[in-house]
Order: sequence, then C-alpha cells, then structure tokens
Amino acid sequence: MVRYGATTAVDGVSLTARAGRVLALLGNNGAGKTSLLQVCEGFRRADGGRVRVLGLDPMDDHDALMPRVGIMLQAGGVYPWATAGEILRLFASFAARPLEVDMLLDRLGLRRFERTRWRRLSGGEQQRLGLAVALVGRPELVFLDEPTAGMDTEARHTTWRLIEQLRADGVSVLLTTHLLDEAERLADDVVIMRSGVVAATGTPAELTAAAGIDLLEVRARPGLRPDARLAHLEVTETAPGEYAVAGALDTAAIAAVLGWFASVDAQVTAVNTCRRTLEDVYLALTAQPLSTQPLSTQETGARR
Amino acid sequence: MTTDGTFAPAPGRAPMRAILRRQVRMELTLTARRGEAVVLAMGVPLLVLLGAGLTHATNVPGDRLGFVVPGVLALTVMSTAFTGQAITTGYERSYGVLKRLGASPLTRPGLLFAKTAAVLGLIVVQLIVLALVGVAVGWRPHLGELPSAVGVTVLAAAAYSGLALLLASVLKPETTTAAATLIYVMMLAAGGIMFAAPDLGTAGWFLLPLAAHAEALRDALTRDEPIPLPIWLSLAAWAAVCVTAAARKFRWE
Amino acid sequence: MTAIDVTGLRKTYRGHEAVRGIDLAVARGEVFALLGPNGAGKTTTVEILEGHRRRDGGEVRVLGDDPATGGRAWRARIGIVLQDTEDAADLTVREMVRHVAGLYPDPRPADEVIELVGLTEKSASRIRTLSGGQRRRVDVALGIVGRPELLFLDEPTTGFDPQARRQFWDLIRALAAEGVTILLTTHYLDEAEALADRLAVLVDGRIAAEGTPATLGGRAAAGAKVSWRENGSTRTEWPADPTDLIRKLVATDADLTSLTVTRPTLEDTYLTLIGAEK
Repeated sequence: MVRYGATTAVDGVSLTARAGRVLALLGNNGAGKTSLLQVCEGFRRADGGRVRVLGLDPMDDHDALMPRVGIMLQAGGVYPWATAGEILRLFASFAARPLEVDMLLDRLGLRRFERTRWRRLSGGEQQRLGLAVALVGRPELVFLDEPTAGMDTEARHTTWRLIEQLRADGVSVLLTTHLLDEAERLADDVVIMRSGVVAATGTPAELTAAAGIDLLEVRARPGLRPDARLAHLEVTETAPGEYAVAGALDTAAIAAVLGWFASVDAQVTAVNTCRRTLEDVYLALTAQPLSTQPLSTQETGARR
Repeated sequence: MTTDGTFAPAPGRAPMRAILRRQVRMELTLTARRGEAVVLAMGVPLLVLLGAGLTHATNVPGDRLGFVVPGVLALTVMSTAFTGQAITTGYERSYGVLKRLGASPLTRPGLLFAKTAAVLGLIVVQLIVLALVGVAVGWRPHLGELPSAVGVTVLAAAAYSGLALLLASVLKPETTTAAATLIYVMMLAAGGIMFAAPDLGTAGWFLLPLAAHAEALRDALTRDEPIPLPIWLSLAAWAAVCVTAAARKFRWE
Repeated sequence: MTAIDVTGLRKTYRGHEAVRGIDLAVARGEVFALLGPNGAGKTTTVEILEGHRRRDGGEVRVLGDDPATGGRAWRARIGIVLQDTEDAADLTVREMVRHVAGLYPDPRPADEVIELVGLTEKSASRIRTLSGGQRRRVDVALGIVGRPELLFLDEPTTGFDPQARRQFWDLIRALAAEGVTILLTTHYLDEAEALADRLAVLVDGRIAAEGTPATLGGRAAAGAKVSWRENGSTRTEWPADPTDLIRKLVATDADLTSLTVTRPTLEDTYLTLIGAEK
C-alpha cells in the first residue's frame, strides 16, 4: 500500500514476479504503476504491506540489493555534461564483473555517441544509454520503466530482441509499458493495474483466451466443400473464398480445420482466429467501472 | 532462441575504494568542465583579497593583508564547500542524477564521502592559489601553527558540506540556490572578512562559522598563536551537527 | 488548392545534407503522416514548413504562401502543437488558453477548446500540476485555439497510456472531420494506420515511399505473414506457400489457437522499407 497524503496510490496490491521471466506491468497513468515501482526499487517505503525483491527489503537492505538489480529510470538521471562513454564507464566501474562497455555500446547502437555529451543526445539515444547503464552490472533482475518510449521503430525492435535475449540468459525482467504489442510480444506474465488495485493477472494467452475462440475466418480458394472431418463444426462460405468456421474451437478442432484446408491444397491467404488481443482485454478492463473480482483470482503474496 | 549467454547474471559490487575513486574523479572532471563555476568561486575571493587587502577602501585593523588574506581563505572554503556544492547538488537532484546514483552500488555514505573528498580536493587547489597570490602582494604568513590551520579548515569544510547537502535535500533547486546565496552574502557581510565586524565575542564565533574560521586562520597564520578552544569547539559542533543532519536527511530524489 | 506543396526541398547543416530533394503534396482536409527513423530529416522538413527554418533549395507553398516570408496573417492560419509547456507552469489551463487565443484574430472560445481536449475538470488547475499526458493535451488546445486550417503534430502521443491515445485519436478525427488539414509525425505505426489518409517515409533525407496505409510499399500485393506462439515465444514467417506451412504446423504441436495468417502490418512494411534503404 502506498499513500501520498490523502491519495492511496496503491491499495492492497499483491503480485509475484517469477525468476527468469518477463513480467509486464500495465495500467493507465495514475493507476499506481510508478508508485509500485518506486517501492520495489527502494525509493519509497510502502505505507502498508510487505515488499521483498530477491528476498530483500528494498529500503532496509538497499545497499545489498542495488548491485543485484538493474534499474532503468524513466527520464533524465544522468550528468548532462558527461559523455555517454564516460557515464557508462562510471557505472561499469561500480560493478564487480561488468559487461564490456564497448560491446554494450555497439549492441545498443550508441558507439558513435561515445564522445557525445548526454544533453546533446536525442530522447531515444538517452533511453538506450539508460538501458545500457541498467544492464552493465550483469544484474539478476532488471526494472525497465517504459523502455522504448521515445525510440523510433527500429530501435524499439532492437530493444525487444535485447530483452528477449536477457530472458534467454536467465535475467528476470519487470517492465512497464503503454505499448500493448510490446507486452504481448515480450511478456510471460502480465499484471494490469487500475486505480491502485490489480485488475487482472495471467499470461497473455490466459488473459486473451478467457473469451475463448468462437469463430475462425479463413480466406482461400473459393468453392471448397468441407468433408466429414469437419462435420461437428459449422463451415460457411460467406463470400467467394471467405470461409467462416464456428463451433467448439479448441486446438484439436483448429488443427482439424487447418489440416483439411491444407489437404485440399486450398491456397490459403489469410487465417484469423477471432479472439481478443491483449489490447482488447486491456481496453475493456481499464474502461469499465471496476467489478469486484479481478480476472485471475490467484492471491499471491508480494514476494520473490 | 539460441544465445551465447552474454547477459547471464553475475552481479556484485566492485571494491568500495575503486568505486569512490571513480566517483571522485567524475565529480572533479565535471566541475572542471563547468570551468566558469570554478572561476566564479575564485573570482569573488580574489576581488576581496585585492580590493580590501591592497586599498584602504574598508576599515581594517592593523596589518591589512594579515587581516584580509586569512579571511579570504575562509571565504573560499565556504563558497566552494557550501554555496557551490549546495547549488550543484540541488540541480543534480532535479536532473535525477542523484536518483540514478542511488540506484547503483555506490551507496549513500559512498556518495557523501565522494562529494566531500572532491570538494576538499578543489579547496586545496583554490587555497594554494590564493595563498600564493597573497604572498605575492606582500602577505607574510607564519607556518608554525599550520597543522592547526589545516585542522580547523577541515572541520569548517565538513560543516559547510553537510549544510549544503542538507539544504539540497530539503529544498527545491531554485530555492536552494536562493537560500545558499543569501546565507553566503549574509555571512560575508557580518563575518568580518572585508572589514572589521563588530566584536561579537565568543558568541559570534558560535553563531557564524565563517567568522570563527576566519579568526582561527588569522590566529594561526598571521599572529602565529594557537587557536582558542571556543573556536575549536564551535567548528567541531557545527561539523558534527551538519554532517549528521545531512546523513539523516539526504534523499536520492 | 493543396494545403502543402513542396518541390525539390533541400537543406544542409554544416556539410551534412539533412534533406536531399523532397517532393510532397498534402491536399486540403487530409491527414498526412510523415514517418522515418530519427535523423532522417523529418524534424527539419517540418520546421521548414512551419517557417522556423530556412531552406537551402526547392519550392515550398504552405496554404498558398512561402513559409520563409509568411507574415502574421499566414501564421494565424497555422497551428503547431509544440512539446513544451514548461515555461507557463504557473498559469492555469484556462489562463494559458485564453492568453494564446488572444494572439489570433478569430479564436475558438477557451472553454470549448478545453472541452475538446478533455480537460474541462482541470481548467482551473495550474499547468505544473498536470501529468505529462495532460500537458500534451494543453499543447494541443493551444495549437487549435486559433482555428487553424493546417495543424502540425509532432509525435503527439509519446508517453500516453492506451486509453489516452485512443481519446487523442478521436480528437484528431473530429478535427479532420471539421476540415482541418493535419500533418503528423509519429513513430507509432498503429497511430499512422489509424489516422492517416496518406503517408510518406523519409529515409536519409529522401522520400523512400509514399502512399496510403493500405498500399504503402506494395503492402497490398505482398505475401502473407504467418505467426504463431510456440514454447512461449512468438514465431513469424513469410512463406512463399502459406498453405504448405500450415500443413507442417498442424503436424507439430504448435499452438494453433494463436495462428494468424495476415498481410504484412504497416509496421512490417515500414521496417522492410527502411531496411532496404540502408
């Protein structure tokens, strides 16, 4: 629980982030994400409840915790008159086994800015340097606060690949973002906050599967006739070459449908499983008045 | 995905000595880069030294240079350790620099130590330059009580530093700048640097660390006398209080 | 009359050619998106169109006039949404909007504009107390209060949460419906797709492609993209024969409930375009 004066920014939030996975924390501005992060990073003390990061209390054990985590702050945070290289080398020198600075600069496309002063870097470049600083100490866990904000499309994709590699190498990631395609691509687990409480948790698949799939659309060669394999489903050709398949569409059913299309050499050009995307789930949750139960009723302690 | 394990976790803190050395170097490098700030910190003391020391513009007892130069040295210590540091730290806080350092293995005592060490280094350079200028225009210091002079200077610097960091933690950057400058000017006016201030006696030394420090340096360097106990106590008390307060109240953001 | 007409635009900074001969035409009432990597010349081009930067070559007509010589009357017909309400932090929202409104010959009523951007509840609040997204809305309000015929938007939804973005898009659509011409730069391809009638991609100072969101870069004719989730990560391929790939996938234990076969998204097309240009 986190209070600012009379405002309860975070009200009874319980969440668990599991090791070696990417957890995406979503929520509109003012939902309490930043306060929650501040507490986890040890910059604010919670007003109620218990917080453990890597088994440590972020404020009381701050000195022991900091070498083990990498924190990417949302904006600013660096000496304006120092160069990118100087800054990265400074933070590298704080770590026992830092990554090679040159490698990190290359990886994040910052090599040619090595001698550029921080205040002359663009927003996206500053973001990338912030990410480099968070990673240079080889942390076990990284907090990434809107890591691709201000980046152009290419830089965003480069960062996504980097985050995927972090996970593959065993680093745990807690990231916040407003980009739902980013969350859908990267996240193993998702937590959606609204007005200081958790509105939903689960993997992207769990959250989007909640509605189930009830319609499959396929565009293929016109004039096909389904055979007995698809008897338990309703297949209609709504327009020449546009097929709609309705019914109990679990994995086996879909496999059967697609298998049939493939077997008759149907020249499939489009397949759409009409399920909700993470974006749809998110928008629905954050727009409606709050119902009493969160989507996922897993009550877990805020513990790692 | 296949990976070569480049980012596999291997966390740990470098030896504190190495960390502090790098942080001190960074602080000094950045100060040097803002050259105009250092010049400013030298400019006023130099002006006072030459103005009050060489002309008869102000009312100064006896040995003109002997009065003014130690006062100017004390002033420099205050302007660098207090005013300059308060302003810089205030802005570092608003840029988020302190928060960024707080999110690193540096630790709070580490930062406070590094800042103080950097400031001391800077002060040493400034004092030497000013002392040489003073000697060049005729000041003849006695070096017998030099260790005492150094001692009170360290205490004064610690007190100013603590006060600076306290102010920067508690006030907004613009307010910090205003407050630091105001305090500086008030102390300068009352502190008996440019002219003989009304004799406030021992009480004066306890209220105005600048006055105490200046008088101590005059005793040690000009008059070659031991520094009186009340001054030692005053500066020690200021140092203790300010440093403790800063350590308690210091915030990363 | 076109709103914006550019031929052969050039601009060089200290030996670096930022803009190397651009041709652009934006029709009245159109929403036009300018895309491209950082450093490609987008900002420079827009600044030249706004009249804030001199060009080195080429012809430019914005609302019929040359921006380099545009006077107050011309400037009053243009709205620019800037990214800095820093200086005005002590004014309230209404005060700020009224102040800027006073600079125009025929402004919209301040409260009407404040309501359009969804800040009615905050109209008496000081700007410094607003969140980043709310400040952006103030920027937009200031940009439209003068009833501009042409509005320049530079990366307008950076930092917005998803709800705020959609509300912003609705606002832009409403403005476009009123007939305002809009020139927008953005890094979010979904935004470009949602708002733009036409768009152009700038790479290294030149236009690499131009078209509608549906047809940019030959997107409509491009092959299908197949993607699915496997072992927790998303796999994507552009097979020559999607049906064949589907046949193969059915035989494995890929998660078929996540399978989609689609045309390339605008983002895919964009990445291909800028990749090919490098």
